[in-house]
Amino acid sequence: MSAFAGLMRTTKLPQWVGSLLPVFWAVIVGFAVCGAIAGTVGLSPLLMLTELIKGAVEGPQIFETVARAVPLVGMALAAAMPLRAGIVNLGTDGQLVLGGCVAAIIALYLPAPDGVRIVLALITGTLVGGAYAALAAAGEIYARVPLLVSTWLMSYPAKGLCGWLVHAPLADPLVAWPSTRRIPLGTRLEHLIPGTPINDGFLLIAFAAILIVFLDRRSSVGYELRLRGLNERFARYGGVAIDRQTFWLMFASGAMAGLIGAVLVLGSQYRFTDGALTAPQYTWSGTLAALLAGGEPLGAIIAAVLFAALQTGGFAMERSVEIPRVLTMVLESIVILFLAMRGAIWRRR
Amino acid sequence: MTSFFLSPAFFDQAVLGITPILLAALAGTLSERVGLFNIALEGQMLVGAFAAVAGSHFTGSLAGGVLMAVVASTLFSGLLAFGSAILRGNDIVIGISLNLLAAGLTSFLLRSLLGVSGTFSDSAMAGLTRLHIPGLADLPVIGRALGEQNPLVYLSWLLVAAIAIFLAYTPWGLRVRGIGEQADAAVTLGANAVRYRIAVTLAGGALCGLAGLQLSLGSLTLFSENMTAGRGWIAVAAVMLGRARPLPVAAACVLFGIADALGLKLQGEGLPNQITDSAPYVVTLIALVVAGLRQKIDGRKLSV
Repeated sequence: MSAFAGLMRTTKLPQWVGSLLPVFWAVIVGFAVCGAIAGTVGLSPLLMLTELIKGAVEGPQIFETVARAVPLVGMALAAAMPLRAGIVNLGTDGQLVLGGCVAAIIALYLPAPDGVRIVLALITGTLVGGAYAALAAAGEIYARVPLLVSTWLMSYPAKGLCGWLVHAPLADPLVAWPSTRRIPLGTRLEHLIPGTPINDGFLLIAFAAILIVFLDRRSSVGYELRLRGLNERFARYGGVAIDRQTFWLMFASGAMAGLIGAVLVLGSQYRFTDGALTAPQYTWSGTLAALLAGGEPLGAIIAAVLFAALQTGGFAMERSVEIPRVLTMVLESIVILFLAMRGAIWRRR
Repeated sequence: MTSFFLSPAFFDQAVLGITPILLAALAGTLSERVGLFNIALEGQMLVGAFAAVAGSHFTGSLAGGVLMAVVASTLFSGLLAFGSAILRGNDIVIGISLNLLAAGLTSFLLRSLLGVSGTFSDSAMAGLTRLHIPGLADLPVIGRALGEQNPLVYLSWLLVAAIAIFLAYTPWGLRVRGIGEQADAAVTLGANAVRYRIAVTLAGGALCGLAGLQLSLGSLTLFSENMTAGRGWIAVAAVMLGRARPLPVAAACVLFGIADALGLKLQGEGLPNQITDSAPYVVTLIALVVAGLRQKIDGRKLSV
């Protein structure tokens, strides 16, 4: 016994275990609160929990979770990059939609061979998402319009414009819901594992994720980002070109969101449909995952995968026991709220 | 074109568009003055809008709806008060998560309590009724807009005056401003910063509850998911533009309300609604850019 206590004293737990403890408590609190909410409206909290877990990992559901994790990880990284430097991009919804819409247009209408079209669709979707976010950055740099507000507000016109495009000029007359025509077979991303919803988008996002983690940890770009996140004035004093960094950071963040839009349209939805990209709430879960990890990319990825599992579980829970799956969104926000309140993440500076 | 913009319906629509933004912006103004950045206006409004409809539906009376809206949204703002004022957590992160919590919670309760998804409306549900103020209501063109609104519209403008007077001329208002400008100094002089911040946040919650009430029971009687549609953020922008002074903030809200009405008017003229719905956001963004450029020349910063 005393040997064990001695061991406990001498072995120092790695730092990340300590930083995970508050997250653990927050998750417990989140489940407790959601269980209580479910209980008060007459749904069984225990059933909620078991169906959630079963629905996330049981049998083929695990592939659903992976497929859902791809866009969610992407959106989490899109949110995490600016957060790393202490700035916020709340407009990833609009950038996602723009990317998806433009990718659909290129894939449908560009007169070029299939292979060229798909690559150009991905690239243009990415660039347009990035440019739209960079526009918000320019607003902050040149006109001091705070990104926190401008990014959010800019989402609405972007969604409106793309919505109008598929209501009128680009609408497929054969379907009731406003959307573009179906993207032809040759211009779709292929299934990576046949029989599952996992497609080539997985590889693209995995590559982007590895690149971002590497840049964050090993490059001067990442160092400057983290430096700014810790202390902007010090970073400025140390020679970080703050405005240029803001601009390219927002570009990268929006580009990531645009890429996700393109991947979703080319890889799983096969047309751009009004509202279909924003309905699964990738943006919000992604933002919450990034907040949970304090903007650290690897942490954001892990949180996003867990949230993806939670959401797949939510679908199953809704199907089998008719508990609305939006409860998973409540759970996610309670976890972040609890952590932020305790000052465990994002301490006030 | 002139007669078209100067129609009674246009002004009426503008006043309807202004009211919820104005009430939320007043909440934001108070918070800003006491040194808290309140971006949870959107979520608090949404909770208020839902509670108003649920209250009205379950109690069968308008009073029940009004009471529920104010109580629920004040309780919800208690989370912000607790996290931000007492525990001193990061108000932006708390605000973001509260907004998402409100969106999730209201659509969960919409499904589980009211049994529908998307939109709930009930023809038996009582909404706010329009008054008829003799004299004002008889004015040409603007008569309906000024003289035939529901009581909440008039209350919102009385609150602008009340809050302006409160901040400028009362000892409590002085302490609020003092805490916002230099909390340490105010505390040294005996003001209880935490208590003031809690009070202001809860009062803001009540105001947002009224804003939500106006949205769901003001002119229509329905609740739909995310029906606030960014109005809380437009209110945040109005607080910035007005530098958290009640009268300029109200002026900014008037601008956004008119943009809202303009969008609806153009839609009536046949422009696609996906485009015209963007009008308030685009006008808000343009106003922020113009104000930002002017202030940059002056060498000052927006209040955030």
